[in-house]
Amino acid sequence: MVDELAFNYEITNLMYASHGQPITNCLQCGTCSGTCPAVEFMDHTPRQIIGMIRADLKEEVLASNTYWTCASCFHCTVRCPADIDVADMMYALKRYSMWKGQFQAGLIGPDFSEAFVKMIVNSGRSFEPLLAATYLPRYSARDIVQEGLMATGLVLSGKMPLLPKKIKGLKKFQQMVRRIIPIGEQS
Amino acid sequence: MKQYAYYPGCSLESLGKSYHLSAMEVSKALGVELKEIEDWNCCGATAYFPVDEFLAYTLTARNLAKAEKTGLDFVAPCSACYKNAFFTNKYIQHDADLADHINYALEVDDLHVSGTSRVRHLIDIFINDVGLEEIKTKVTNPLKDLRVAPYYGCQILRPRKEHEDVENPQYFENLLSTLGAEPVNYSSKARCCGGSLIITNRKAALDMVRILLQDAVNHDADVIATTCPMCNVNLEVYQAQVNREFGTQYAIPVMYFTQLMGLSFGIVPGHLGIGKQQVSSESMLAIAQNTK
Repeated sequence: MVDELAFNYEITNLMYASHGQPITNCLQCGTCSGTCPAVEFMDHTPRQIIGMIRADLKEEVLASNTYWTCASCFHCTVRCPADIDVADMMYALKRYSMWKGQFQAGLIGPDFSEAFVKMIVNSGRSFEPLLAATYLPRYSARDIVQEGLMATGLVLSGKMPLLPKKIKGLKKFQQMVRRIIPIGEQS
Repeated sequence: MKQYAYYPGCSLESLGKSYHLSAMEVSKALGVELKEIEDWNCCGATAYFPVDEFLAYTLTARNLAKAEKTGLDFVAPCSACYKNAFFTNKYIQHDADLADHINYALEVDDLHVSGTSRVRHLIDIFINDVGLEEIKTKVTNPLKDLRVAPYYGCQILRPRKEHEDVENPQYFENLLSTLGAEPVNYSSKARCCGGSLIITNRKAALDMVRILLQDAVNHDADVIATTCPMCNVNLEVYQAQVNREFGTQYAIPVMYFTQLMGLSFGIVPGHLGIGKQQVSSESMLAIAQNTK
């Protein structure tokens, strides 16, 4: 029987192979945490998350909001003295938690990503009002009212279109997507 | 006339419409032709990557393949589209296996990608292909006394594309000086606006926006200039929500760099999509048009 892959290798394998160093090179210096503009909203700092992955604390990592709070600003990535693509590691953790279907309750990020990809596969382009259905129900009544007022203002000023656009070559586009990930039935 | 394969991206069809309008106006004035890539698709923003990295590269590769057919440089006005296209192109060049897999998918659309395009941001072609000297000759209405906070944001700078300065770049300031404006020196110019956290973690994003607005205000900026529709939306459209959330009274206009270029070229504000913002641009226009 094959030994189970250690958690830190699973995550390293999920990072695109041609750039950056494996997270096992981490010095625990904390430059990433000191740089991160969203760190105060994270359950664990980026440095802690890397430490936790290396300590094999898989369940704790999967329960953390840290990587879903990453805004992909890549400041940690350009500053890491060990040349680890920390922001890409956050993406790897997002993918890992999506595949495991395990993430902190109440987070909007996982549903938003899934809805976004479905929307693109269906139309080829992004359209904000359609996405609102995925996150608005999670907002408080006050936030929903604010969002509604804002959207109305945007529509009135001509900034927000009312109808989504679809690309013309949608059928071939969807066949192309199916060669990457099988979604639905082959037409 | 300089020609480019132009990839507007989804935002420029909706919330970033004024970016598109002003980019077109300014390009025309500078003898630059932005030829829109035929039937382009969404680049994936930051939302594909959590689902499937390979899918994200393939969808961007479809746009690159279409640009390659034209033999022109691929130009994106949005920093997120630019970053996605730049790295997809780079990986295709350096990873034959990845390129093979992507081309297997593109084949059904009769497309092929080989990574031969140069991927550029719109501000880069104005500064480096047209040049500041040439831009200066078009400035008929110098933006005298207009204090502009150049906001670079993230993905135009990071991850590092080539050998550029990612910590303290100066090209945006240089462009603004060329337009006759006064660039504001403030430390948040490359600090994140929150990006898509505005949807997925509203509280965090509003706080990140507040920090940027406060820094610009502390430095007496009359306007913040952006290079990305996502940054523009967070700083401009959500400014009112920041005020409600934190009890602040920010009312600082946020403009695309192309809108400021257009104003300095003497183009009518309405043609640049100025006046449709959520934050009034009157105070800024009064200074920019020397009517104050």
